[in-house]
Amino acid sequence: MTLLITVFAAVITTVLWYNRKDDSMKLGILLFMFWGASLMWLVDALFEYAELKSAYFTPALEDMINDSFLGLSVIALALVIWVVRLLITDPKGSVRAALVRSKN
Amino acid sequence: MACFVVSAAEAVIVTAVKKVEEKKELKNVENDIDKHEDVSIPWSRKMGWLTKMLWGGSALLAFEHVWHGEVVPWFPFLTAMSNAEDAAEMFHEMATVGVGMASLITVVWIGMCAVADAIVKRSAKEAVEKATM
Repeated sequence: MTLLITVFAAVITTVLWYNRKDDSMKLGILLFMFWGASLMWLVDALFEYAELKSAYFTPALEDMINDSFLGLSVIALALVIWVVRLLITDPKGSVRAALVRSKN
Repeated sequence: MACFVVSAAEAVIVTAVKKVEEKKELKNVENDIDKHEDVSIPWSRKMGWLTKMLWGGSALLAFEHVWHGEVVPWFPFLTAMSNAEDAAEMFHEMATVGVGMASLITVVWIGMCAVADAIVKRSAKEAVEKATM
């Protein structure tokens, strides 16, 4: 479930990145983060599948809920990392403009 | 258990190599010895893609390990290090799953670089063809 949620996030971010008008939102970092994690969880899933065989596809409801919660938390963490980096690098100069305005 | 550590270690190495490459490329531009006639993507930029995938993936997987109680904020940080049996299992997982993760990301990155180079070369070729028309 975590893998599935991360793959969806990676695909959505890739589509947003492809349709971007400029690079000011710095979606690249988010895209690479999601794809990196998706590939890593894919390997984890393959090893787990080799061990559990078909049982891998019929997880217990409690495990599924926990994994979904984890997947969403991972997305939230990635979004927080991205937004903090965006505010620090401030490619559009919005933070700088707001600070200068509030100073005056 | 600690499979993300392998990718994180690769990320550290690639980041260091990228910094060296960036300095080399900057020096070449300053000294005007960059005689690349063909259009290509700088190596430092390509390495940037790999570092972002490795750091990003490792960070998110580290969070998963914290979630499952396998990584703790006190020494030795990995709960599997508390006894020899768990430690052996952890090292086995690092050698199999961890190496597999780092390898897959690297293989995907190599493919990405090849495709990106092909797209850039195709664009340059099309631009030359348009100019000569």
